[in-house]
Amino acid sequence: MATHEGSGMFIRVEVGEPLASDAESAKRLAGICPVDIFAAAPEGVGIVDENLDECILCGLCLAVGPAGAVRIIKLYDNNAPLEA
Amino acid sequence: MSILIDEDTTFIIQGITGREAVNMARECLDYGSKLVGGVTPGRGGRDVHGVPVFDTVKEITSKQRVDASVISVPPAFVRDAAFEAVENGIKLVVIVTERIPRLEVAQLIEFARRHGARVIGPNCLGVLSPGKSRVGGMGGAAVAARRAYQPGPIGIMSRSGGMTTEIANALTAAGLGQSTAVSIGGDAIVGSAYAELLPLFEADPDTKAIVVYSEPGGPMEAQLAKYVKERGTRLPIVAFMAGRFMDEMPGMRFGHAGTIVEGKADTTSEKIARLLDAGISVAEEIADIPGIVKQRLGEVKG
Amino acid sequence: MRFYEYEAKAVLAKRGVPVARGGVAHSPDEAERIAREVGGEVVLKSQVLTGGRMKAGGVQFASTPEEARAHADAILRLEINGQSPRGVLVEAKSPVKKEFYAGVIYDAVAKLPVAIFSDMGGIDIEQVAEEHPEHVARAHFSTFQPFQEFRMKELVASLGVSGNELGALTRVMSKLAQTFLAHGLTLAEINPLAQLEDGSFIALDSHLDMEDEARDGQAALLAELGIGKEETRQARPPTPFEIRGAEVDASDHRGVAGRVVEFDGNLGCVIGAGGGSLTIFDALRKHGGRPANYCEIGGNPSVKKACGLTKLILSKPGVEKICVIMNVVSNTRVDIVARGVIKGVVESGYDPAEKIAIFRIPGSWEDEGFKILEKYGVDYCDRTVPMSEAARRAVEKVKAGA
Repeated sequence: MATHEGSGMFIRVEVGEPLASDAESAKRLAGICPVDIFAAAPEGVGIVDENLDECILCGLCLAVGPAGAVRIIKLYDNNAPLEA
Repeated sequence: MSILIDEDTTFIIQGITGREAVNMARECLDYGSKLVGGVTPGRGGRDVHGVPVFDTVKEITSKQRVDASVISVPPAFVRDAAFEAVENGIKLVVIVTERIPRLEVAQLIEFARRHGARVIGPNCLGVLSPGKSRVGGMGGAAVAARRAYQPGPIGIMSRSGGMTTEIANALTAAGLGQSTAVSIGGDAIVGSAYAELLPLFEADPDTKAIVVYSEPGGPMEAQLAKYVKERGTRLPIVAFMAGRFMDEMPGMRFGHAGTIVEGKADTTSEKIARLLDAGISVAEEIADIPGIVKQRLGEVKG
Repeated sequence: MRFYEYEAKAVLAKRGVPVARGGVAHSPDEAERIAREVGGEVVLKSQVLTGGRMKAGGVQFASTPEEARAHADAILRLEINGQSPRGVLVEAKSPVKKEFYAGVIYDAVAKLPVAIFSDMGGIDIEQVAEEHPEHVARAHFSTFQPFQEFRMKELVASLGVSGNELGALTRVMSKLAQTFLAHGLTLAEINPLAQLEDGSFIALDSHLDMEDEARDGQAALLAELGIGKEETRQARPPTPFEIRGAEVDASDHRGVAGRVVEFDGNLGCVIGAGGGSLTIFDALRKHGGRPANYCEIGGNPSVKKACGLTKLILSKPGVEKICVIMNVVSNTRVDIVARGVIKGVVESGYDPAEKIAIFRIPGSWEDEGFKILEKYGVDYCDRTVPMSEAARRAVEKVKAGA
């Protein structure tokens, strides 16, 4: 499951199934994220670890799947999830 | 009242589809500014946050009144964008872009002047009149801009966009609102220097005092001192001088392009002496500005 | 960027301003060869970017090629104001009858270029303007072509020059003004502009400055002169620390986090932006602080960039703590800078609570930023604390060593 979640120093990203293994959703996530946290691979969503802490909390990725499919967690704020 | 802009000012953004300009468009709309269109060649027909994008300025000015344009295009394209705005009858051109060659700045200012248009910038954040309008990105997000800037009697002119907001914030916290804040730009040559904007503030009955943020380099402070000394002004002026450490470091450029000590006249000590000689107060700290403004306003009333 | 005299003269000669015969030498052998080619008496001039060459012994005259060789050997070894010469210019010695001054700069009040002419050349024009204002004349000119030569005629004539001299000086002034416009210069000076015994005029010395903003557009000229992109010609050469700062800034395009200038202190500065940095730097010094560096952050830099800058500053020997101070920010985000700085401190092996003396950046996304700072126990303040007060607290902490 390593390709579907990742933690930086401040931000953790989780992508749940079945979204995580869907190539089409992966493409949309990669296209929408302004700081390139997501990468599109044939087997689904990849997470670019070195970009995690660049997350600007824009929430655009949260709208790609159903509620809760993509979770942005603020590690500096008692693991509070970013609200859509 | 206000200077340069008010609640009816209509404006466009040239280069509206750029990364920073998209953000600026959003912030201006949120603040209630009348942003009526944008121009990016080749992107006509799209929209940015609901603002229609055109290929040419003419497509907008031929259909409606446009009072101002904010230019936010890469340095190599600024001069022509300014020509286009001025040729199409726009009288206020605010240039955000920095690192424009000085010759091109001189050319576009000369051209604007021949057509009776005014240039603010380059290398500035624009003009903000609290509660009325904002032309440019000064103050950032609308909620942040409302927090730092409040309507009131103080005019601000500043060579630093960021410090304009810092000063407004200090004034607001002390209960002193602002009539208009102008980020005049940090380049060696700017379209409108202090002495050129002062008459506009003098003509605005709602402006009761002026705060000026200044830096080493250039003749702008001496020009203001000379103007005030020769012509007088009804407005108390309080200046803040940053970069005092640079007096010991001739030839080194810090901060803005125009901020360099090349001769004695460029030093902060020389500038402070001239300002004081013209009856302009010089604050040691930003935090001292509101107190000095209040004191000077008291003298006017008394 | 200032040009060496030999480069300035090459630029002027190409545009039709007469200069003395000769060339630049990099060895005594070469100087001797040039002196032989030129023939007769020659003058040898150290090629440095500073004034006071004559006084320092950087200008010598020679009657024979052998003498020229000996002088060149001495001049090439002579440092002037800390600068080693780039070479030695060997030129025919000119029989001078009278010296004039010709210059062009921008007048930021008129927002136009201004040509300056004086019939008292060879000394500093500022001094002439102060002591003999009646010998200095100025004329603004348009930045649009075609160039109006009559303005230069009026300028020269205003000091009482007439006859053949008027035409010759008008041509030199016009060529200088057009060189200024054509090459993105911010200063173009011929001083002295010499009238020789035969009545002709030549540029005896010249100072040209090109602004950095014009360099891209002047690539052809710079290539011709052999001036590479890496040659910045600032007031002093950049230190390795400053070069690494520029690398951090260039590492990605998002925002600014760099423009580092090295100082000899113990308090590292992560400060911004243009005007804010100046204000904070003054405040730190006023409160007795010893900054280790000047820098500028702004334009919403990435976490990576703020992190890189922090690590660079902490790597400087003698830095005890860092202060993170900005004016109320508009487009730069407080939380992004907080992440970058804390990450930089942790990756450098320090505790943010101990290493960051104060964090004072109010403005956009400050609520999110303050949460991050609290989590790491960093001492921070909001917009109710003035920049100067934040600077004072940082200085006190470094002094206390706590």
